[in-house]
Amino acid sequence: MNIAVTRHRLANGLDVLLHEDHSCPIVAVNVWYHVGSKNERPGHTGFAHLFEHLMFEGSAHYDRGYFEPLQGAGASLNGSTNADRTNYWEVVPSNALELALWMESDRMGFLLPALTDAKFSNQRSVVLNERRQNYENRPYGLASMAMLAALFPPDHPYHWTTIGEIADLQAVRLDEVHAFFQQYYHPANASLALAGDIDPEAALTLARAYFEPLPAGPRVEPVRASAALDRDVRLSLEDRVELPRLYVSWLTPAMFAEGDAELDLAADLLANGKTSRLYRRLVFDGRIATDVSASQNSREIGSFLQLAATAAPGHALAELEHAILEEIARLAVDGPTDEEIERGRAQAESHFTFRLQTVGGFGGKSDQLNAYNIFVGDPGFFDRDLARYQNATAASVRQAVARHLQPDRRVTMSIVPRGRTELAIPGSDAAVVS
Amino acid sequence: MTAPAVPIDRSRLPEPGRGRPFVFPAIEKSQLPNGLRVWTVRHASVPVVTCILLVRRGSASDPPGKEGLAAISVDMLDEGSGGRSAIEMHEALARIGAQFDSDIGSDGAALTVTLLRRFVERGLTIVADMAARPRLADEDFTRVRQLRLHRLTQLRDVPAAVADRTFVKLLFGEHPYGHTPIGSETSLARMTVDDVQAFQAQALTPSVATLIAVGDCEHAEIHRIAGEAFAGWNSRPGAPVVPDGSLPAPSRLNVVPRPGAPQSELRIGHVAAARNTPDYHALVAANMVLGGQFVSRINLNLREDKGLTYGARTAFDFRRMPGPFTLQVSVQTAGTVRAIAESIDEIAAIRGARPISEAELALGVAALTRGYARNFETAEQIARAAMQIALYDLPDDYFAQYVPRVEAVTAADATAAAARHLDAARLVTLAVGDLDAIGPDLPRLNLGDAVILSAEAF
Repeated sequence: MNIAVTRHRLANGLDVLLHEDHSCPIVAVNVWYHVGSKNERPGHTGFAHLFEHLMFEGSAHYDRGYFEPLQGAGASLNGSTNADRTNYWEVVPSNALELALWMESDRMGFLLPALTDAKFSNQRSVVLNERRQNYENRPYGLASMAMLAALFPPDHPYHWTTIGEIADLQAVRLDEVHAFFQQYYHPANASLALAGDIDPEAALTLARAYFEPLPAGPRVEPVRASAALDRDVRLSLEDRVELPRLYVSWLTPAMFAEGDAELDLAADLLANGKTSRLYRRLVFDGRIATDVSASQNSREIGSFLQLAATAAPGHALAELEHAILEEIARLAVDGPTDEEIERGRAQAESHFTFRLQTVGGFGGKSDQLNAYNIFVGDPGFFDRDLARYQNATAASVRQAVARHLQPDRRVTMSIVPRGRTELAIPGSDAAVVS
Repeated sequence: MTAPAVPIDRSRLPEPGRGRPFVFPAIEKSQLPNGLRVWTVRHASVPVVTCILLVRRGSASDPPGKEGLAAISVDMLDEGSGGRSAIEMHEALARIGAQFDSDIGSDGAALTVTLLRRFVERGLTIVADMAARPRLADEDFTRVRQLRLHRLTQLRDVPAAVADRTFVKLLFGEHPYGHTPIGSETSLARMTVDDVQAFQAQALTPSVATLIAVGDCEHAEIHRIAGEAFAGWNSRPGAPVVPDGSLPAPSRLNVVPRPGAPQSELRIGHVAAARNTPDYHALVAANMVLGGQFVSRINLNLREDKGLTYGARTAFDFRRMPGPFTLQVSVQTAGTVRAIAESIDEIAAIRGARPISEAELALGVAALTRGYARNFETAEQIARAAMQIALYDLPDDYFAQYVPRVEAVTAADATAAAARHLDAARLVTLAVGDLDAIGPDLPRLNLGDAVILSAEAF
């Protein structure tokens, strides 16, 4: 099982990835820029995401909103930013491939001449509203900000959230935005995937025509930073919530590094779904929590595994913490059962197969090709990615848990209703969010 | 650098050529002796099958005072069957890598499972056990109800959930559509497992159900598996579809206070059209212009012009009986009154002062039709589409006819349909926000006195 792909590196450094699939008369056009919030600096956060917004507002040769011509051609389109990368995609009827390439190349090569103060200040207002909607006005919405700030030191680029700090967004000047674009948004720091109803030769010819004339930008050096926890950092945060929630996080190996897949499997068997150990113990049998979840948040230069559980009324977060640590200790000693390993393999095979059903959009085949190309330098990595999960054993999962989920190297954060700090895990300091 | 092999012209956008036609795949149909309809669509691009068991009864079938009964009854289906506990049932699903979900709306409920092809028989058998032989034990009911009560407690702090729950109550009152599927603390508290068993027996019955399987599978194979798996699930007459209830006359302006909130969560709308309205395609097109896409009037106004929000949208919720037309948006607190006034003006203008132009209509129609094929890429998308046909008795060629019917809508048709189904004078506005901050400006809206509601009221 794989995604058949050819890669062509243009003279300016742009990678063009081609994948043919004629089952539906559509083409996915997907561009990754290898820039995210980890390329920002303290005091200047939120740039990469603000850029994602500005990239839809027009370029030198089409200085109007990008949605109208693309939607008029039958496209769906969007973009997203995280700590490590920014992606932009369109899914177009196959007859509109050239239109999408025209527009993607125009904003790659000619965005700045069209970038005005008016657009800039409008999209900054939109982003501040996005922040209000998704973080400030959402229960538990500030927990992720407080957790990142506690896991990673202030000079580590995962210390801040991709949406950015309010003060930074308000202070940012247009000339700083220009410099950021010139550094990161160019062919040599990008990857273009075309997947779907294409003739590969014709598609490559079109891609060359539109993208190869664009100049390569400056080389982007890899970001290096390290983080370590040497104790149990206990924090609490008051929020507009009814039920207290506990978050426990550990620093874990980077995306695709040894142990990353094992910890992804461990997160599932610990806390995802009704079969998971903590769901059964906390929610199903013990009824001391209303929900529990876990995820290995895989990132390019360092990951974190996070567990979250909400206390049922009448139960203390300390009860939840005790049960969680006990289950992790048990997993670190005894490892998963054969049955759990078998389920993990079956689910990996299913999820990887289900991912082959769409050519475009977030997580579709074109997005996967760019992810593998940007992060491991090999767009054909799909089968080896799956093999990481298929080859995991009870011993390797046990080892990863024992090594990385240590009780004295974690961040334990209590989110409690406003004015109810006594509900936090004892010994917690007030967390800071900005 | 190699010379471009094709000339490019940056002075204008390239015109797309002719599109490759797309045909919605045929639905093969049969029926089991117990009345269960079996529909399949072959879609073999990836070795995956999605199965949906649709039951044409939803939260509108909740008995008065027992709001939330349909939802908890459907939720209970995966809580064990025969000798198998809830955990064992989910272990069986996990062992074959199945992705399982249940969901419920006003008019229907669905169990959905997506599987690798080789596990279809095992997966379908588990779904059949849920529907035909659920355990519905008292201890499981107590636990599931408690989780739902906790969920309701938490929803009080989620502005969008408070807005949704309050808004349907304002628009529909005691009408079957006057509550969200989860129900309320009061109604859940007075429910027992007997209610669930009665609902399951009466409403979740093969005579109102359709099994839809889409993917790398053959009709005969699915029919055979379903015949064995669903044997013993016997048809009862089926609970009657609830009659149309009477509608209240809500205040035009309503506020749920959320002190200190940085944004106001808004809902603006009124009861509009049913799924079987002859204006369906014209309304879908009109809504694209008004608030149904990024480049709609309302999103461009509130987001791209004024920067008051991350995004605004409108939708007609077409149901068996007339459902709501709703504008939903979350706006910065200081812009609340301005956003309400602009929104109401936009809705009023489209049926009068600023009718839909030819260019606006053409863009909306193109956005609906030219990319139509991408809505049918995965097995689950096609199964969901077939489910709409089953749920609302649409003709078999509904999806084949969709593009020509939308393309036949004229700007005048769309404006006339909007005028028939939208009425600015009837719009009900709800804000979940900081009353101290927005209250002093509310009289400027001329919508009468604001009625102050509590998040716990429903």
